Amino acid sequence: MPKGVGRWLNDVEEEGEEGEPVETKPSEDDEEMDPIFPVMGPGYGIKNKFLKRKKFKEAKVAKMQAKIEKARERFREKKAWRKAGNTGPPPTVKKEPTKLPHTIESLREPDLTYVEKDDDELAFEEATDKYAKYYEKAYEPKVLITSSYKLTGRTMAFISELRLIIPNSEFFFRRGTTVKKMVLKAVDRGFTDILVINEDRRWPNGFLLIHLPDGPAAYFRLTNPRICKDIRRTRSEITSHRPEVILNNFKTRLGQMIARMLGALFHYEPEFKGRRVCTFHNQRDFIFFRHHRYEFESSKRVNLRELGPRFTLRLQWLQDGAFDGDYEWVLKRHEMESSRRRFHL
Amino acid sequence: ITWGIVNKVFCSFKFQTKGQKFCRNEFNLTGLCTRSSCPLANTQYATVREENGVLYLYMRTAERAFFPAKAWEKVRLSNNFVKALQQIDENLVFWKKYFRQKCRQRLLKITQYLNRMRKLELRQKTKLVTIRRKIDRRYLRRENKAFIAARIDNAIEKQLLQRLKDGTYERIYNFPQEAFDVRMEEEDEEEESEVEEEESEKEEEVETDEDVERELEREYLKERNQEEANSYDDSEEEREFVADFEESEDEDMDIEDAAQRLQDGTESSDVHEDSDDESDMEDGLSSSSTKKIRTHKRAKISPKVTKKRAKAHVEVEYETPEVETAKVKVFS
Repeated sequence: MPKGVGRWLNDVEEEGEEGEPVETKPSEDDEEMDPIFPVMGPGYGIKNKFLKRKKFKEAKVAKMQAKIEKARERFREKKAWRKAGNTGPPPTVKKEPTKLPHTIESLREPDLTYVEKDDDELAFEEATDKYAKYYEKAYEPKVLITSSYKLTGRTMAFISELRLIIPNSEFFFRRGTTVKKMVLKAVDRGFTDILVINEDRRWPNGFLLIHLPDGPAAYFRLTNPRICKDIRRTRSEITSHRPEVILNNFKTRLGQMIARMLGALFHYEPEFKGRRVCTFHNQRDFIFFRHHRYEFESSKRVNLRELGPRFTLRLQWLQDGAFDGDYEWVLKRHEMESSRRRFHL
Repeated sequence: ITWGIVNKVFCSFKFQTKGQKFCRNEFNLTGLCTRSSCPLANTQYATVREENGVLYLYMRTAERAFFPAKAWEKVRLSNNFVKALQQIDENLVFWKKYFRQKCRQRLLKITQYLNRMRKLELRQKTKLVTIRRKIDRRYLRRENKAFIAARIDNAIEKQLLQRLKDGTYERIYNFPQEAFDVRMEEEDEEEESEVEEEESEKEEEVETDEDVERELEREYLKERNQEEANSYDDSEEEREFVADFEESEDEDMDIEDAAQRLQDGTESSDVHEDSDDESDMEDGLSSSSTKKIRTHKRAKISPKVTKKRAKAHVEVEYETPEVETAKVKVFS
């Protein structure tokens, strides 16, 4: 290679010569299970195709040789072991625990609003916010379920199943009333939450949750709704015991708020006899809802049987008042979803 | 003359469909292209028109025919329907009956549709939003991947077990943890000893009855101890017949077994085992052949000993740090 060309390549080669693969992030510290970054190949950074390929080949050969050498070592060990008069396999050196590869969750952009376990400020806020009363068990939730104006069969079925799941819920047909009117009337009749299932093209597609006396309102997009029939179950399996609620994986403050909202739909004291559990599991800003009956086979194993409907929610906005007032959080796609590693719940 | 031309030759306001002729002129009273309702052909003409919700009566007379800018006389009609009718009658007193009638009809129609519009305004309006195909598809894909990453059932099971551990189901379930662990250890030892014995067996071919008896006795006693440890109080548990658990690993087990397990804990199965053991023992003692029965006993007893576990072998559960074998993401 002419010298001039090689000059700027030298820098890159130097890095490579150290023998370590070129990594974009600094290597792990002390944690055993710290995930590793996928390693960049041996010729990374070299622009010259010829040199790059050469490097790659060398690395490949070296790898092969290392493998062979390792196998030879093992054979030698085994032989020695056998010679020493032992039977059975030779003792293996304890492997380093395999490091976890990166996942989207591990690469998630760190959020300032992550909730820590013992956060006094959070505890204080939660004790004084609009859901404090529920968590003090001051009242039993009473849920009003409606839909959008024209209902079709599928949405109707979905709603009737929601009614079965959520204890103490009532369904009313929406006859063109506005939400604000509904809120007023519902407050008068003593409801604590309104749940509006919006329909589009004969499928339920929206989930509007309003906590009543002037509580926060949240609108979710509802996707993949499945009624009992779709999961090949019968509704008769759903008993009227009050279910337990599991709220998984809500990490940020916003997530915490949403989790409280969703949890407050159900009665604060579940009937464990019924062994029903409703789960809201958040993964990458999708909230998956599942409804199971569980059975403890032993203290180490649990069996689950899925009953009832299934759907996923995606938060669109969260408003301070009951369909009124400032928006606490709005999904602005272009701003907030520009990175695939950024999640808000 | 005008009508002759307009009708036969060309009229820019004329709009013809298969069955009917329409007139697109703004001032047309009926909207149809007919001799008496053509505003071009009739110099004396009247219409009722609505602008921004206000009704006006337009009149044109022959006297003003040559002042096109001032041709139409505009009278504002009252909001009150009855009064408006009267106004029309007053203004079109000496006109042809046709005009009065048509104007009244038009007034009625307009007021009706205005009312309807007002009512609709009060109603809920559905907001029509565009279908963002690309975006919706993207979200769907992301949702599917998130679902795979979520492993919801695992998470739920973990949570439930955690809750069990924390004692939220205190009075309901009673898994005596310590005794269980002790038993597990003993089973473990037993298995090891069994393994060793098996190996030694294979080498020896001839055995005595005494050996058989002793070993059978030993195992019987061990099982007995195990049962006592594992039995637990079911008095508070609700008895339910539960159908197949699809997610359970007990595919070998019958539904009846599952129900039994629920109902009587391990007692019933123990009883079952006891009776079987006794019968087996009797058989063993009575017959003379050694190795055959030995292996037979082996085959029969070892799975029974471990019948409490789902599979046909002893599962010793060690606490290991969770090594998640998560799906490897190709880093682009």
